[in-house]
Parts: sequence; structure tokens; C-alpha cells
Amino acid sequence: MASSRLSRRSVLKTAVLGSAAAITSPYVSGVHAAGSLSLGVWDHWVPGANKALVKLCNEFGEKNKVDVHIDFITSQGEKDKLTAAAEAQAGTGHDIMSHRDWNIRIHQEQLEPLDDVVGGLIKKYGPISPVAEYLAKIKGTWRGVPTTVGSQVKPCCSRIDLYQQHAGIDVREMFPPDEAKWDKAKVDGWTWEAYVAAAQKLYKAGYPVGLPLGQSSDAVDWVGGLFNAYGVVMVDAKDNIRINSDETRQAMEIARKLVEVMPPDVFAWDDAGNNRWLISGKGSGIMNPPSAWAVAKRDNPKVAENCWTHPVPKGPKGRFVGQLPMFYGIWKFSKNKTAAKELLTYISQKEAVAQLVEASVGYDLPSFKTMYDLPTWKNVEPPPGTVYNYPPRGDEQTSITGAPARSEVGAQIYNQAINTVMISKFTQGKEKLDEVIKWAEKELEGTLRA
Amino acid sequence: MCLPLILVIVGLIVYPAFYSIHLSMLNKAQTRFIGLGNFRFLLSRDTFWMVVEQSAIFALSAVFFKAIIGLITAHLINNLPTKGQRKWRGMLLVPWVIPLALSSLAWWWLFDPTLSAFNWVLTGLGLRAIPWLSDPYWARFSVILVNVWYGAPFFLIMYLAALKSVPEQLYEAAAIDGANAWQRFVHITLPMMRNIIAITVLFSLIVTFANFDIVQILTGGGPRNMTHVFATYAFLLGIRSGDLPLGAATSLFMFPILAIAAIFILRGVRKRGREIG
Repeated sequence: MASSRLSRRSVLKTAVLGSAAAITSPYVSGVHAAGSLSLGVWDHWVPGANKALVKLCNEFGEKNKVDVHIDFITSQGEKDKLTAAAEAQAGTGHDIMSHRDWNIRIHQEQLEPLDDVVGGLIKKYGPISPVAEYLAKIKGTWRGVPTTVGSQVKPCCSRIDLYQQHAGIDVREMFPPDEAKWDKAKVDGWTWEAYVAAAQKLYKAGYPVGLPLGQSSDAVDWVGGLFNAYGVVMVDAKDNIRINSDETRQAMEIARKLVEVMPPDVFAWDDAGNNRWLISGKGSGIMNPPSAWAVAKRDNPKVAENCWTHPVPKGPKGRFVGQLPMFYGIWKFSKNKTAAKELLTYISQKEAVAQLVEASVGYDLPSFKTMYDLPTWKNVEPPPGTVYNYPPRGDEQTSITGAPARSEVGAQIYNQAINTVMISKFTQGKEKLDEVIKWAEKELEGTLRA
Repeated sequence: MCLPLILVIVGLIVYPAFYSIHLSMLNKAQTRFIGLGNFRFLLSRDTFWMVVEQSAIFALSAVFFKAIIGLITAHLINNLPTKGQRKWRGMLLVPWVIPLALSSLAWWWLFDPTLSAFNWVLTGLGLRAIPWLSDPYWARFSVILVNVWYGAPFFLIMYLAALKSVPEQLYEAAAIDGANAWQRFVHITLPMMRNIIAITVLFSLIVTFANFDIVQILTGGGPRNMTHVFATYAFLLGIRSGDLPLGAATSLFMFPILAIAAIFILRGVRKRGREIG
């Protein structure tokens, strides 16, 4: 009978190698997860979109003998965030919870590391969105899996007819539904200066563009894209406050020109304000996911037929579109982490993602660029190809207000909407730019407390 | 016998109160005790002082107008024949019985920046549209207006009860002495109602200072943070930005302000009670 001797050194070596392998290797599904799983999931605004997730979860449940229960929680009044906060405080609740924007960072201590799950997905589907990484990879550890459901970017959604008629711009010709056909000169000419010039003409024609300047995410996101395009850094990764710069002054000047030609109500708009503006037929353009177009399709089809989603303008430092990814996190107190990880892996596969994107009529955006070739964005109409350019294509990069500061600091900058308040003070409040920048410096100093 | 009551008080009042005080003294990650650090931080922030100022403007002006409107309508109803009073009381109580979140939403539709019903009427009459929610000062006016609309019926019902308790003989005696309506109001009605007015003002002050729904639904604290009150600012810091201890500290700032107001008002009530006794 063969025998092997185990020395303390060999045991230790094996343990270390085993741990390292466990940490770095992708998540490998067990045969049967079994047990039960409860999910607290964001309640999708697109009718029928929840059904696709339910179907996927039921499929997973049947295959793995897991009893999956889903609670859909609305984000109206931040109910989803309140639920997550309550569960985190109580140490009990769902096994899996969906977390919007900064919530992974907020609950990082109570969330299970998910390097194996996300690592496996990255290995299979390539690089992940840098914004998703910034928000969910904390101190080198993934605490959330970027979801397809609810994740979004906010590119331009412009009225084809009004832009053509009053600004002399054919947005369809500039950004046709095939990247290979993009004319580089035209695409490069789509700058913030060009956007302002078009906005001025559209204002004169009685169809202003409408970009919100309240304190909700749509406002913070487009201003974040503008600031990034001009190279504005509010706070850098080393906690240096860098808002007092020429870049800030340039971006604020663009904002000032835009405010002059937008409806005065933009300061009170919530996230639905710009949608309503476009759907009403009064507006010529907004920056939003295809939700406005989808509602217009139902409520004002003539407007929908003339909507075209396309990249945002570029600035001296590039073309940046605001992105808001959503994540699934597994609470540390979950009693069925194995099944939870398996479910998250299952619904993150491209085949599952295709179903989710289809059910949301293209609204949901996966965090992997390799999935941007899904047919939904090409097929959705009217007009054909209207949301083809919704996933960032060409030189369009995703960004989030608050980055590159530490995410604790970034969350404060984002949620306190310091960038939109700066513009409101400068334009609506008629404060001097230097005073506004001084105010911002003080506010940013406060965020560093984090 | 008192055990159930004690359990309710401990479970629903004492524990949450002490827990929020404990929470307000932790660092952001809730891993370390930092004493009064959160309070010191807030006191050093301009935005927080703006919130203090706005909360005071919001609560004091809303309570003042609620008290005035409540007093006037209570008198109007009290002067009606008894038979017709019930339907008026019922109708005037409607704003108070509709869930506040729901009525705030209805007001929001009336103020809606793009499709405001009020502005539709104003422009139809050839007048200029009013930036109800997009101009900070109009936005302040709007949130106060909705609070007054919602809260005035509480004053009305309390004052009406107080008016009914004033002995009729006092008015008869004053009439014989030749007192006019104003003199009867100042020398009989008001002194007899002082305790009720004080208690109603105190209750309303507490509820108005802690108001959340109206501001959150109508303005979310904007534009330029100029309509935030303690509760909405605490929500912004605690829930939206994920700094629960700072949010708890913000909401606890209301406590000393209201406690001082309560001490003074209740001392006055007790004093008058002793004088009457």
C-alpha cells in the first residue's frame, strides 16, 4: 500500500496554494446549489422587463433545485436604498440585493467578496466598464456583480426633424446605425461648441434642448460628462481639490451658454423632467437612456418616430457619457452564498443578458463591451436603428461624476450634486465664477471628511 | 400591569432614540466612536447653516400662517348655525386626512415645471407663468404654501374645540358691559384659548420642523439646496450619500431646538393652568 508523508511545510504550502487558487480562479459552478434564495431586485420601469428576470431565475431554480423568491423594489423615493440600509443594519433580509450607483461602496463591509464571479465573467467576456470597476471593486475586491438590469448610460436623444430643419444637422447621417459607416470628420466635429451652436439655433426656432440642472442623477451625469470632456477634476485620487482650474472655467462657460438657450425650468427638473420635455414635442433634444423614446412611442408616436440616440459631444479631453451601472450584492449574512453566486453567474451570461436587453427594449446595458453586438439595439424601431448608438461606440467613453476621487469622496460629490449646483449658482444665481469655485472648494473640502 | 406599556415605550421610543444618538457618534463606516465629531463637522459647514436657516423659515412661517388661518376659519365655522357646522368641518378637514405624500404629489402636478396647471391658467389669463419650483424663492414659497394647506385644518379643529368650551355667559356679560366684537375676542376668547393655542403651536412646530414629504416630493431640497430642511438634508446625507451617522446627527439637531421650545411653551401652559386653578 502506497503511503505519503505529510510534513508541516507541505501542508502549509498546499494550503497557501489552495487559498491563492481559490481567490484568483473564476467561480466554478457546483452541480446542484440547492436550498432557497431570496432576491431584492430593482423594479424595472419598462413593462414586462421584470418577467425576463423572473423567467431566468425560475430556469436556474429548476435546474439547480433552488427555490428562488424575488421581491421587486421600486427606486421611487429611494425605497430600494432604504431597504438595503435597513437590511444592512439589521443583519438580515434577502440573500441577494440589487444596489444602485454608490450603494456597493456604502455597504462594502456587509457584502460578500465576489472576485470569483466577476473574475470569471471578465475572463469570458473581456474588459469590464471602468465605471463599474470604480464603483464595485473596493480595495481590490469586487463586492458587487454589475447587472444588466437597470444599468444605463445617458447619450444624446435628439429630434431628427428639428435638428435637420433648424440646426442644419442630420444626426442620422452623422451617427448611422453602423459604426463602420461613421464619417470621422463629422463625428469629430460633434463638439460641445457645436452642440451649443445647434442649441442656440433650436432655441431661436422655439424648440430648445432640455438638460436638467436640478440635483438628481440625470443632471449630475450630463454635467459630469461635460466636465470630463474639458478635463475638470474636482478632487483627484490623492484627495487634492483641483476644481479651481482653467478647465473648470471653460466648462462653466459652455454651461452658461447652454443655460441661456434652455427652458428656465431645468433647475427644477427631476429625472423625468427631460423625458417629459422631449415627449411633449416642445424639446429638440435631451441626454437620457432610451426611456424617453420608449414612452414617446406609447404617448406621442410622432415624436418617437423622430428620435435618434447618438453619442454626446466631445471636448478637448475626449467624449464622455455619464454611466450609472447597477449591481447585485450578496449579503455576508446570506445563508446560501453558493446558490447566490451560481445564480448571479447564470444571469450574467451573454445568452441571459440578450433576453434581459430584449425585454427592456434596449434600455438595460451590460457592463461588457463585447455584448454591445446584441441584436436588440439594431432592431428596435421606430425609426429603424434609433437606439443602435445607445451603447457607447466609437470614441465615446463612460464616466461618473466624483471619479477619480476615492469612491467614498466621489459618492458625496455625486449625491450632493456639487457640479450642478455650481452651474445653478453661476447662471440662475448670477454669482461670480470665482465665488462659485470658492464655494465648490469648501464643499469639496467637506467631502474629504469621508 | 405596566409591563406592556413599558415594553412599548422602551421598544418604540427609548431604544430608537438612544440608538440614533449612538449612531450619530460613530464614524462614517460605523466602526469607531468619534464623540461629537459629526456635530462639529456639521457646524463648520455653510450648507448646514443654510439648512438650519431654511428649516426655521419653513417651520415658523408655516406655523404662523396655519395658526392665523385656523383661527379665522374656526371663528367662521363657530358663528354658523350648529346644524350647518358639520359639513363645513368635514370639508375643511379634507386636506388633513388625505395622505400627505399623495396630496404633495397632486400639488407637484399643479406646480410641475413644464406642464403646471396653475401656469396654464395664468398664461390663459394673459399673465406670466410663475417659476413655482425652479426659482429658489418661489420654491420656498411653494413648500410653505403646501404645508399651510395641509396643516391649517389641525389648528381649525383644535381652535374650534377651544371656542366651544368658552362659557357663553362671559360673552353675555361682556355684551352687557358694551364690549364690541374685537374687545370680546381680545379680552375673552384669546385668554381662554391661550393654552390650546400654545399646545397646538408646539405640536405643529414639532411636526413641521420634522417635515419630510412635502419638500422631498416638491423640490428634493433644490434648487441650489435652498429648500432643504433638516429631514430632507438628513436623508440626503444618511441614505443617498450613505453616511448614516452624519444623517443621524443632522436630524438630532432638531431635538434641542424643539426641546427648548417645548420647555418654554409647556411652562407657560402650566403657569396659566395654576393661575386658573
